[in-house]
Amino acid sequence: MNIIVCIKQVPDTTEVQINPETGTLIRDGVPSTINPFDMYAIEEGVRLKEKFGGKVTTLTMGPPQAKEALKESIALGADEAILLSDRAFAGSDTLATSYTLSRAIAKLGDFDLILCGKQASDGDTAQVGPGIAECLNIPFVAFVKKIESIENNTAQVERMMEYGHDVIETPIPVVLTVVKEINEPRMPSLRGKMRARKYEPVQMTLEDLEVDKHRLGLDGSPTQVIKVFTPDVKRAGEMIEGETPEEFAVKLKQRLKEAGFAI
Amino acid sequence: MIYIDQEQCTGCEICIPSCPFGAIEMQGDKAIILESCTLCNACLDVCPIQAIVKTEEKVDEKKGTDISLYKGVWIFAEQRGGEIQSVTYELLGEGKKLAQQRKQELCAILLGHGMKEKAEELLHFGADKVYYIDDPVLEDFQDDPYSECVAELARKYKPEILLCGATNIGRSFIPQVAVKLETGLTADCTGFDIDPEKGNLLQTRPAFGGNIFATIATLRHRPQIATVRHKVMKPALRSEKADGEVIEVPIPEAAKKPRTKFIRRFEEIEETVNLAEADIIVSGGRGLGDPKHFDLIRDLAKVLGGAVGSSRAAVDAGWISYSHQVGQTGKTVCPKLYIACGISGAIQHLVGMRSSDVIVAINKDPEAPIFKVATYGIVGDLHEIVPALTKHFSKTE
Repeated sequence: MNIIVCIKQVPDTTEVQINPETGTLIRDGVPSTINPFDMYAIEEGVRLKEKFGGKVTTLTMGPPQAKEALKESIALGADEAILLSDRAFAGSDTLATSYTLSRAIAKLGDFDLILCGKQASDGDTAQVGPGIAECLNIPFVAFVKKIESIENNTAQVERMMEYGHDVIETPIPVVLTVVKEINEPRMPSLRGKMRARKYEPVQMTLEDLEVDKHRLGLDGSPTQVIKVFTPDVKRAGEMIEGETPEEFAVKLKQRLKEAGFAI
Repeated sequence: MIYIDQEQCTGCEICIPSCPFGAIEMQGDKAIILESCTLCNACLDVCPIQAIVKTEEKVDEKKGTDISLYKGVWIFAEQRGGEIQSVTYELLGEGKKLAQQRKQELCAILLGHGMKEKAEELLHFGADKVYYIDDPVLEDFQDDPYSECVAELARKYKPEILLCGATNIGRSFIPQVAVKLETGLTADCTGFDIDPEKGNLLQTRPAFGGNIFATIATLRHRPQIATVRHKVMKPALRSEKADGEVIEVPIPEAAKKPRTKFIRRFEEIEETVNLAEADIIVSGGRGLGDPKHFDLIRDLAKVLGGAVGSSRAAVDAGWISYSHQVGQTGKTVCPKLYIACGISGAIQHLVGMRSSDVIVAINKDPEAPIFKVATYGIVGDLHEIVPALTKHFSKTE
């Protein structure tokens, strides 16, 4: 089974502190990491490979430094990693990104399964996974919490919903985006780390793709950011004073009633 | 693209913290813009000598859509199990506002089976038209038939704006609709406006878990599509008047044979964990100390008619199932009241709940970061305070 896992390099929010004055993220010197949701996609890919054989290829589109995320994926068990990088891709929104990634995947050809994390922790759009499926004209299932079975070119998966989950059957190849519940990612193995240290990701640029250039980068991005601003998150926070639990309860109840809660 | 005029740059470094993506760096004594620039424009105005320049992109005028052909505000009416979901009324409320500003119709799309009456009911909530497609294949949500139906309707009737709930259903299939129509899509919006000059939809959404907001527009493509965060917009109220009409549309050929098959739905029977719907959420964290103390949280949630949430630490410890997790790798919630008990407030948790209307934090540690976002803070032992709250809040006066 040949599995492609699409990953994204994002700022590591576990390292991020909030500036108490402004309530904004302090990003200076914040290291980058693999998008947390993509860790589950990589792990699931590696598990499926262990079960069915085949190989796991990770793919990312980004600036040259995104190579680091790919090397990390090698340490986690991926066999190959591909960096899709070109100035022509700069300024891509989710539509252009989906298209560009799908062209790279089409170029790679032979695949049974494409896995993505359910969304990236920086943009939170969750749009690229379904976008890739549509560009490749293959089926798509979002929020997968369990792959129940894969046999006879058919996968049965559980899709997490607000009320519980749905069971969906889909032919492969298929694009699945996965949620945290699907597995518990392993730590990188020593062998993986050794391999990652020496590994150089395969580079792909515009020249390697068969594309409609109008669908790339800024030109291929219908959405434009008009402005970015920091929300006013300061709260008129009040520490409730009290001696006994009862006193706290009475005071809090009063505040909440004033705020309009029918308590 | 955006660049810094190296002749002019004085190396004052003022622009560096203005970039939300960390894409400006010093190279020697001049600032430069890195490849990770997303063209968000945040730096443009901060340079005291205007050395940061944005070059006008060359846009092929023929590309894009003839936007004058597109009229009307559409909303996707979400149903599950034949019941209209509450996000639909929020979309109708917001859609009406936008339709009035644009002096256009408000239309709803309903996909389902045997739901004609429900379609008619939507007319009471301000819809001028309801496009209804009835077919057994639309009874339960699957990506293929839903995206084919919505794309086909949009091709035929050409709406200017299409809004859909940022629910699991909406966020799953709407991106495929946007690709089919080759148009722009903005995820999980929390605010809309109309650009007074050009009439474009200004879509505001949080990024980086709510630490920054971006306003996004789709300038030359139509429809302008957005998913809308649940429980942010004011729902439309029912009126006796229902002047509009239901237009039954036959299912498009392409939607009849989905590649996937819906096998069954499985409803989680544990206490209602629908955090996205809850007006009140009581959450517990590591400070509970023991899985059985989640009962304290459940009791308080019960008297308040709220849902039970949790921090990642409590889920990872196996004290409660993942469906309760609030935060970056769990759910993003914005209830009217969020009570955090024994949760210290790691950034990953805060990004998932900080947009709640009122936040109450109960924690032993007065320095816990959760107090920074709290409307009301109580420093104390949750094992004593939470039961006292349960007792007092259940007393009706």
